[in-house]
Amino acid sequence: MPSLAFIGLGLYDEKGISLHGLEIAKSAEIVLLESYTNIMPGLNLESLGKMIGKEIRLIGRREVEDGKWILDAAAKREVALLVAGDPFVATTHVDLRLRAIKRGIRVEVVNAPSIVSVAPGAVGLQNYKFGKSATITFPEPLSLVPYETLRINRSLGLHSLFFLDLRVEEGRFMKAGEAIRLLLDMEAKQRGGVVSEEMLMVVLARAGSPSQLVRAGKAAVLEDLDFGPPPHSLIVPGRLHFMEAEALVLIGGADEDLVRGYL
Amino acid sequence: MPKYKQTEEIIKLMSNKLNVRNIGTLAHVDHGKTTLSDSLLAGAGLISQKIAAQALALDYVEIEQLRQMTVKAANVSLLHEKNDQSYVINLIDTPGHVDFTGHVTRSLRVMDGGIVVVDSVEGVMTQTETVLRQAMDEKVRPLLYVNKVDRLIKELRLSPQEILERLLKIIRDFNALLETYADPEFKDKWKVNPDKGQVAFGSALHKWGFTLPIIKAKGMKFSDVIDAYNKGDIERLQKEFPLHIAILDMAVDHIPNPVEAQKYRIPKIWRGDINSPIGKAMLNCDENGPLVICVNKVIVDPHAGPVVTGRIFSGTIHEGEQLYGLMSKSEGRVQQVSLYMGPYREICPEMASGNIVALLGLDNARAGETLVRPADKDAMFPFEKMKYISDPVVTVAIEPKYSRDLPKLIDALHKMAIEDPTLSVKINQETGEYLIAGMGSLHLEIALWDLKQRTGGIEITTTPPIVVYRESLTGAGGPFEGKSPNKHNRLYLKVEPLNQETIDLIQQGVIYEDMDSKERVRILREKAGWDNEEAKGIWAIDSYVNVLVDATKGLQYIREIKDTIIQAFRLNVSEGPLAREPIRGLKVLLVDANVHEDPAHRGPGQIMPAIRDAMFCGFLSCNPILLEPIIKLDMKVPQDFLGGVTRIIAGKRGKIISMDQVGQVMHLVSEIPVSETFDLSDQLRSATAGKAFWGTEFARWSPVPSSMLADTIKKIRERKGLSPNPPTPQEFMSM
Repeated sequence: MPSLAFIGLGLYDEKGISLHGLEIAKSAEIVLLESYTNIMPGLNLESLGKMIGKEIRLIGRREVEDGKWILDAAAKREVALLVAGDPFVATTHVDLRLRAIKRGIRVEVVNAPSIVSVAPGAVGLQNYKFGKSATITFPEPLSLVPYETLRINRSLGLHSLFFLDLRVEEGRFMKAGEAIRLLLDMEAKQRGGVVSEEMLMVVLARAGSPSQLVRAGKAAVLEDLDFGPPPHSLIVPGRLHFMEAEALVLIGGADEDLVRGYL
Repeated sequence: MPKYKQTEEIIKLMSNKLNVRNIGTLAHVDHGKTTLSDSLLAGAGLISQKIAAQALALDYVEIEQLRQMTVKAANVSLLHEKNDQSYVINLIDTPGHVDFTGHVTRSLRVMDGGIVVVDSVEGVMTQTETVLRQAMDEKVRPLLYVNKVDRLIKELRLSPQEILERLLKIIRDFNALLETYADPEFKDKWKVNPDKGQVAFGSALHKWGFTLPIIKAKGMKFSDVIDAYNKGDIERLQKEFPLHIAILDMAVDHIPNPVEAQKYRIPKIWRGDINSPIGKAMLNCDENGPLVICVNKVIVDPHAGPVVTGRIFSGTIHEGEQLYGLMSKSEGRVQQVSLYMGPYREICPEMASGNIVALLGLDNARAGETLVRPADKDAMFPFEKMKYISDPVVTVAIEPKYSRDLPKLIDALHKMAIEDPTLSVKINQETGEYLIAGMGSLHLEIALWDLKQRTGGIEITTTPPIVVYRESLTGAGGPFEGKSPNKHNRLYLKVEPLNQETIDLIQQGVIYEDMDSKERVRILREKAGWDNEEAKGIWAIDSYVNVLVDATKGLQYIREIKDTIIQAFRLNVSEGPLAREPIRGLKVLLVDANVHEDPAHRGPGQIMPAIRDAMFCGFLSCNPILLEPIIKLDMKVPQDFLGGVTRIIAGKRGKIISMDQVGQVMHLVSEIPVSETFDLSDQLRSATAGKAFWGTEFARWSPVPSSMLADTIKKIRERKGLSPNPPTPQEFMSM
């Protein structure tokens, strides 16, 4: 039966696909992998192809955004679109989904871990205490949205999760240190008392992978550290629950005195 | 006889501003401007002992060549002595042909007086009138030199009485033009009177000339001169009445010194505040004031690189100083301060206001630049802004016949592009050809000729000239929607044609992008009927004469994508959808937008296509048209040939604008599309047996007739390797 299935692969490698997702992919006539919105550090395409038993076709931004031939194909055949992370969380394929629905194409969704669901727990913070999230983009030009987001979240005592700019097609990704520097630059520009070098921040590198790294500490200290290969994310905590404070010390190696100030 | 002076002495002379004159020669083509400059240079000179020794060692021919090149290329300082006083005459180079690119205006701006050369046989001609009018605009005092008087005697064999009548008529015509074009305050003051020595007569070819006071002083009469000439006693004439003495005497006596001239000229040629410290310093030609140099010319010296020449209106320039260019918005260090003395550049440590200086080290400066010290850059109002000059309208691709000549060709092209900013030189990356684009067929003809001279006559192959078009629209409509590729952003644009008033204001440089916004709103409201709010929202004014307006109110995140929208607008107007030719006369209004809050979802890759789609969909939906460049052809032709000429013009889709009879000659003004002009010169020459004189200049952009529109678009597209038919509006509508 013709359909378009969005299948999440999770954050790290091909083994992140669920059994449900694998089943659908195996039975699909066309298997596509969207390869521009995220980096999966351990993904082996060949091995994924073997698991599914089919050749996987890589598709880029143009084809997904244009969407025409994907939808044309899904109108006649079973199409599986594999996506890093969860299909509908941080990256949005919602336009494709809506257009499929409008054309009467059956849509299936197989969820998977996303940076949004993984990050809070990975660093020991509690999901219900997060506010809005935002992407810190390369300053071309500098967008002040992250700063405004942080201002609002902090005024409510909420944590802020920042995605860092990722341009897979250009081979560029933003490192945590650069993101912190940009936040400090925004402060220098806006002077709203929202960001400071003394502030507690948490860097999460390669979330969901065996080499996942969490470090909590002062912005000025984290800014100078090298967290290795991408992807990186940045969390700026708001007010901390005592369990969160303990977790940042134990998991993130934060200084106890620093964390105490956020209780 | 050249006078030998030490450099120090010359610099001392130059600092005595009362004994400085800044002049240039102005003429109708072929009336003898170059010969006059040559004889001025040959007769007078500022040559130091050191250089004189070198000069003697050089071959005479070589010196002559050097001189001629310099006369064509530079501003030259001459020495003149009169009544036991020494004067420095700075002779400013003026373009040898009528142009419409600002060269003439720039030359005029740095000089206080002009010697207008008129051929005694032909009398006052179109270009005489043009240059005189331009001189009046720049408050340059004109004096008259009637040249080729020998032709009246020898060719026309006129009697002394007839000669006198002819000369008086030229003087009357000249004064009549002054009456027409001069400001009221100068009308009477500047009319020339031969008895006062304000008119010179002579023959530049034979290097003799005189004013009435000069012959009077020798106890001779006008008819004595004619007699001498008739007796073939040219040598005596040259000796007794050297031309350069007549001309330079006239300049010393009747052209004001810079102190006097700047008092009345600065308020007219400079639009800044006269009461500001800089304004006052220029008004007084104050050598201790803030430094202001107005560049009239940049030439590329084979050894030294770009040499920037210009006039110091105030202050004193020293070697090693840092200068800021208001047009290029960049700084440079003056490596050398110098002046041209005859063909040589002589270094001097400093030079004071009122003079013409040559500077090395300012590689970004171009003709028209205003130079100041970096500290004064905000206080100074530039003489000239980056103008929205009409872009080049004709292009040819060139190649050397033998590839070994390529380095020569590249070198010459590079220099030409620096010296003439209106000439555009580009490399076609795909074919490796060099493209030269100019303001018209004539401009390109001159450029190609110049190229041959500079490369020592290497063989060059050229493609047929290609005409540049503009795309425009006649209807208005919208809002048109543009979606970003990820569909998370929607932008809404309206498009409409700019009215003629706005186009004119932009073209004339009255309205420009980085001007004071309040002032712009006022002018647009009062002179072009703009709505106040709309005028306030102007984001960009593009050099092809298009305007982008933000008509939204307080929309979120618009500020963060403003730069991207402007960038997209500029890109789109530089290559329109019809035939990838630049768009002209388009007003784009951003009326609404839905923008994603997260910056990762609204980068340039998302916003630029959205703007393109909305702009092009709108443009193609509103009666798009193609504009073609039209030139004005101004010619004088003997009546017998009029029929042939009008037939040629009619056959080229031309229109006769005016026709007047001047003696036996018809003065004909017409307009012809540039695309029809490539064999015009040949046709006109053969139809008139070479007896017609003409000049051309860019007139305006005009719609391609609708009967030719589709075919013209198709031809351009095919030449560019595009599909023959332009896209439909639907192709820019996203799902």
